[in-house]
Amino acid sequence: MARAPKKPDTAPGDDHWLVRPETIRKIWIGGILVLAVTVALELFTGTAGHFHGVDEWFAFPAVFGFLGCVAMVFVAKVLGFILKRKDDYYDL
Amino acid sequence: MIFESFPPALILLFAAFMAVISRPNARAIIVLVAPLITLWAIWSLPDGVLISTRFLDYQIQPLEVSPVRRMFATVFTIMAFTGAVYSFRTAKTAELGAAFAYASGAVGVSFAGDLLTLFIWWEMMAIFSTIVVWCGGTEASRRAGIRYALMHLLSGILLKIGIEGVYVHTGSLEIEAMLATDLDRWLILAGILINAAAPPFSSWLPDAYPEASPTGAVFLSAFTTKTAVLALILLFPGEQVLIWVGLYMVFYGIIYALLENDARRILAYSIINQVGFMVTAVGIGTELALNGAALHAFAHIIYKALLLMSAGVVLHRTGMRKCTDLGGLFRTMPVTCICGIIGALAISSFPLTSGYTTKTMISVAAEQQHLVFVWYMLAAASAGVFLHAGIKFPWFVFFQKDSGLRPKDAPWNMAAAMIFFAFLCIALGVYPEPLYAMLPNASIVPVYKPEKLVFYLQLLLFSGLAFFLLLNYMKRTLTITLDLDWIWRVAIFNAGNRVYDACTAMRSGVEKRVLSVLKAGRDGLDELSERDGFILRATSATGLGALYIMILLTLYIVVYYLN
Repeated sequence: MARAPKKPDTAPGDDHWLVRPETIRKIWIGGILVLAVTVALELFTGTAGHFHGVDEWFAFPAVFGFLGCVAMVFVAKVLGFILKRKDDYYDL
Repeated sequence: MIFESFPPALILLFAAFMAVISRPNARAIIVLVAPLITLWAIWSLPDGVLISTRFLDYQIQPLEVSPVRRMFATVFTIMAFTGAVYSFRTAKTAELGAAFAYASGAVGVSFAGDLLTLFIWWEMMAIFSTIVVWCGGTEASRRAGIRYALMHLLSGILLKIGIEGVYVHTGSLEIEAMLATDLDRWLILAGILINAAAPPFSSWLPDAYPEASPTGAVFLSAFTTKTAVLALILLFPGEQVLIWVGLYMVFYGIIYALLENDARRILAYSIINQVGFMVTAVGIGTELALNGAALHAFAHIIYKALLLMSAGVVLHRTGMRKCTDLGGLFRTMPVTCICGIIGALAISSFPLTSGYTTKTMISVAAEQQHLVFVWYMLAAASAGVFLHAGIKFPWFVFFQKDSGLRPKDAPWNMAAAMIFFAFLCIALGVYPEPLYAMLPNASIVPVYKPEKLVFYLQLLLFSGLAFFLLLNYMKRTLTITLDLDWIWRVAIFNAGNRVYDACTAMRSGVEKRVLSVLKAGRDGLDELSERDGFILRATSATGLGALYIMILLTLYIVVYYLN
């Protein structure tokens, strides 16, 4: 659960409550609860799908959103290998 | 009413002129009051063709009003007003004046009843937006401005050739729904699509907008692409090719924004992404889809300007715009941070924001037309928007790491402009009815249905989960990403240089060869002439010649008499 995007670069003496490890841990727990609730709510509302395909499966939007994003990040990464240049590339 | 048939664009144009020639205090009043008068003028106009006249040999309608035109003109004017609030204390005079003339061009296009009027306002926008880019004041903005101008002049030329073609072949300049069935109409479509930042010319937008000043970029984000969307709605509803052009733009925007390090370029790419949704909607072409495109354009102008205002304050206060330099700014910039987050939620069409109440129409339109593939792509793209703009922009600018920067929050006028737009983002999300009412009798679907809410919450929140789980893959690097403009900025440029060098080499080679041949000839003659007995050296040549001639003539006479 603990994630460390703010790891060592937290400036000394910087103890804003939002960047403390225990707060981040609480945010993760809260966030996962919210995710679970949005999936659980589908039990009550039913599906929003229309095409009688995978779009009507339970928790389809959650899975589709997650995997879609993973795919997009992956495609971006691969394209990045080919197309990335130093940011002064055009400055001759 | 005094404004019943007065073109509102002229009010903004006059204000632009007055703003440039007046003193700072008067200028502030002019730029703040003129948009309000313009709004009043817009809403005083009844529907229909209000001015029709002959210009040269053409029958033109410089002022035609319909609900969708009024809607675009309204949001353009609101943008001019809020942009003025945001920028009147810091922007250069030239920038404010150009921005207002640019806005007047957008309002002019909105009410253009014929293609010629549309073209004239279109070119106005090209000229004055270029000046806004140049007001960035750096060498980079000078160069980007030239590239920007070239693209928009190309757009204007294609548009003009197409318009002339349509006039020659049909005898009418009227703006009416058409499909790209012949070369004339293809050229018009191409001209409009360049301004919409469609492929292969998408790169002008992330190239130019981020080089403008913090205030200039706010104005730039609103007008050019959205007038192109309006032109598409009026001229090419239901043109199938737009569905695919739009989908390409949607994913192009996401992928390039994911790779980008410059916060303002991330926002620029996401303009293309959002315009892609609108272009797809125009391609679907049903009444619901077209309404979705218009509503989405309205909401988009507001939240996109809000995002660029937020990035603009950061640039204004820190002089930085790269994700690798920024981070942790939430500590000292709460207003800018919260307004930025609201804009980011709206662009992601999070429920209770204006993006949700407008963009959802487009998905529903695809659903109703049974465009299954298009619907899936739009859903994936909605998740992608949250990924590349909704979270990425606020995360990397305001949170991420502690960059050690402790800038002051926004100046009061910038904060006021941001709070006003943040308020509109939420107000139109909670209570969209006034917005819907601008399109009377239009087909609108209710968006706040429980299953739809759950659908979008799951889609967006799980893409948020993906963002934080993949954070290691999203680390920003000091890089740019090549785009199709590489073809003309590098490949064609280098090829041209090579051809030029080759021609230069060839010319000097030929020159050398010819000169050496001539020189050799001259040297040969010189050499010959120095030899004794050489005929050209003989001094007796003239006398000898006379002798030869005399002998020949004598022979001639002899032969003559012998006959």
